[in-house]
Amino acid sequence: MNLIVEASGLVKWFGEEAARTFALRGVDLWVSYGEMLYVVGPSGSGKTTLLSVISGILRPNEGWVRIKNVEIWKLNSSELAKFRLNNIGFVFQDYHLFPKLTALENVIIPLVLKNIPWEVAQERALHYLDIVGLKNRATLPPYKLSGGEQQRVAIARAIVSEPDLLVFDEPTASLDGETGKNIISFVRHNILNDKRAIIVVTHDTRIFDFAHRILHMEDGLIKNEVNHAS
Amino acid sequence: MNVGIARIAIKLLISDKAKFFTLVLGVTFAVFLILQMTSLFIGILTRSTSNVLNVGAQVWIMDPTVESDRTIVPLPDYLLNAVRSIPGVLYAFPIYQGSGLVKLPNGAYQGVNIVGLDDTSLFGRPIILEGNIYDIYSEDAFIVVKDAEYKKLGSPKIGATFEINDHRGVIVGIARSVIPGLFGNPTLYTTYTRAIQYLPTTRFTISYILVTLKEPSFLEQVKREVSKIGYRAMSESEFVEMIKKYYMFKTGMGMNILMMTLVSFVVGTSIAGQTFYAFVLENLEKFGALKAIGATNGDLVKTIILQSSFVSFLGFGFGNLICSSYIAFAKMRIPNYAAIITYKNIFLTLLVVVLITTLSSYIGIRRVIRIEPFEVFRG
Ligand SMILES: Nc1ncnc2c1ncn2[C@@H]1O[C@H](COP(=O)(O)OP(=O)(O)OP(=O)(O)O)[C@@H](O)[C@H]1O
Ligand SMILES: [Mg+2]
Repeated sequence: MNLIVEASGLVKWFGEEAARTFALRGVDLWVSYGEMLYVVGPSGSGKTTLLSVISGILRPNEGWVRIKNVEIWKLNSSELAKFRLNNIGFVFQDYHLFPKLTALENVIIPLVLKNIPWEVAQERALHYLDIVGLKNRATLPPYKLSGGEQQRVAIARAIVSEPDLLVFDEPTASLDGETGKNIISFVRHNILNDKRAIIVVTHDTRIFDFAHRILHMEDGLIKNEVNHAS
Repeated sequence: MNVGIARIAIKLLISDKAKFFTLVLGVTFAVFLILQMTSLFIGILTRSTSNVLNVGAQVWIMDPTVESDRTIVPLPDYLLNAVRSIPGVLYAFPIYQGSGLVKLPNGAYQGVNIVGLDDTSLFGRPIILEGNIYDIYSEDAFIVVKDAEYKKLGSPKIGATFEINDHRGVIVGIARSVIPGLFGNPTLYTTYTRAIQYLPTTRFTISYILVTLKEPSFLEQVKREVSKIGYRAMSESEFVEMIKKYYMFKTGMGMNILMMTLVSFVVGTSIAGQTFYAFVLENLEKFGALKAIGATNGDLVKTIILQSSFVSFLGFGFGNLICSSYIAFAKMRIPNYAAIITYKNIFLTLLVVVLITTLSSYIGIRRVIRIEPFEVFRG
């Protein structure tokens, strides 16, 4: 099997000495290309921590993470930032779009960070807004869009630099059930392909059907794994 | 420079119209106040030296206790000959500077500055607009300076007579001065001899001795020789500097201007600083999200610096515009309004603006550098 993510022995704690709490107690994990992987579990079980460690924004205390055969925690911080920019797309629960920039400008940002000339970037951003079905909303600011539309803009921003790994943290938590389902369904059928993988952290049982595989976390460990026939 | 970052940064800034307006207003306000204060200060300082600059002598000799042109310590007559015999001195002439009281035709009194020019050379003579400088030798003759104070004497024409310190005076010419004076009195020129006859004087009557050197290089030597006989020689520019320092440091004026500049600075910084910080705070999570996406601290610092530079650029421009219009308007209404905008105070204001915006963005930058993308993820 062709793996995009491999990780092993991940340990992460917060605080020192007596006040130390373990968020990850030794997690092993792999993700293959073309896979939609869910991480679920009770609040405080370490899902967000795991996602952050895997995606290169939170350094683990122990263990290693390899993405596309690069051991990311051996990179220095600017190399790592560059690696994320080129290889990982992020979608957050609260979208984190700039409310007063236009949808288009929000989507352009990752391209601007990659020094892509403005005209080229604009065209590409528009293309991805088209993919998420918002081409005709390109010049509107996010605060004028619905929650579902905002999350689509955020998805366009996550995929505009054509990353191979997408990480979604609670992508449907701020959306109503139907909209959430539609968005994940859309992601599963239109965004996911053989050349990329998607990791989704969620509580939302209504979207479980779209997963290929579900990891159940509890108290900093993966307790069991469920494969969905799909 | 990444044009894209600049575009996004500026768009982000101006799209928050209320904050953007407050920011520009804060900087504009500070620029206006500081520029206005300092240009008034420079204007006043320049005028404070009009008594020296309007005479146009190379070297001034005075009593060593003189601190400014406000206190004139009269010099003994023998000093004139002593100075004339110093090697390096080409000419030396006395000048009288003092004040008198003119009784106007309507019975009111008006204080005037009197300049008594050396009878033989008329050294330090003003620029004549009407009449002939040599009419100054005719009986009771005075030449009046047509400046902003001229009308206080009833705008006298040639031939007009008046009473000065109980003597008769007649206007024989109208002159103009290079630099208007600071204290709002009209100025009359007459001869040295007549000045000391008409005006109550002390035992000694020479206000200053004006010297022309054979060569500018003789300056140091002449200064030394003059100090040997117990007096002080200064070049024109040294005298001017001394007077300016006097007004700056010994009259409270400099202190006041400094205080006002500081206050403007503090007010400008707090308005701009708070607004900018609020702006950064409001977008903090989004900046954090950008860090997750792969923006470096450098990218974000660049963004903030661009934004603050843009604000200071606008504030500086508007502040300058408003201040120069204000001064131009004030000069239309008050001909004697002293403010002068020079490159010096524009430059000073620019420095203050840069300081204000640097300080304002600094706290924002620190905050942005510290935000961890993980915090954004955790919500
Ligand atoms: N910065 C931190 N400082 C201290 N403890 C932390 C910090 N971040 C996380 N933790 C702790 O680590 C554990 C795992 O947190 P994490 O956010 O990964 O949980 P989660 O599974 O995502 O929970 P939720 O479903 O509520 O989002 C929790 O006990 C949490 O309190
Ligand atoms: Mg979480």
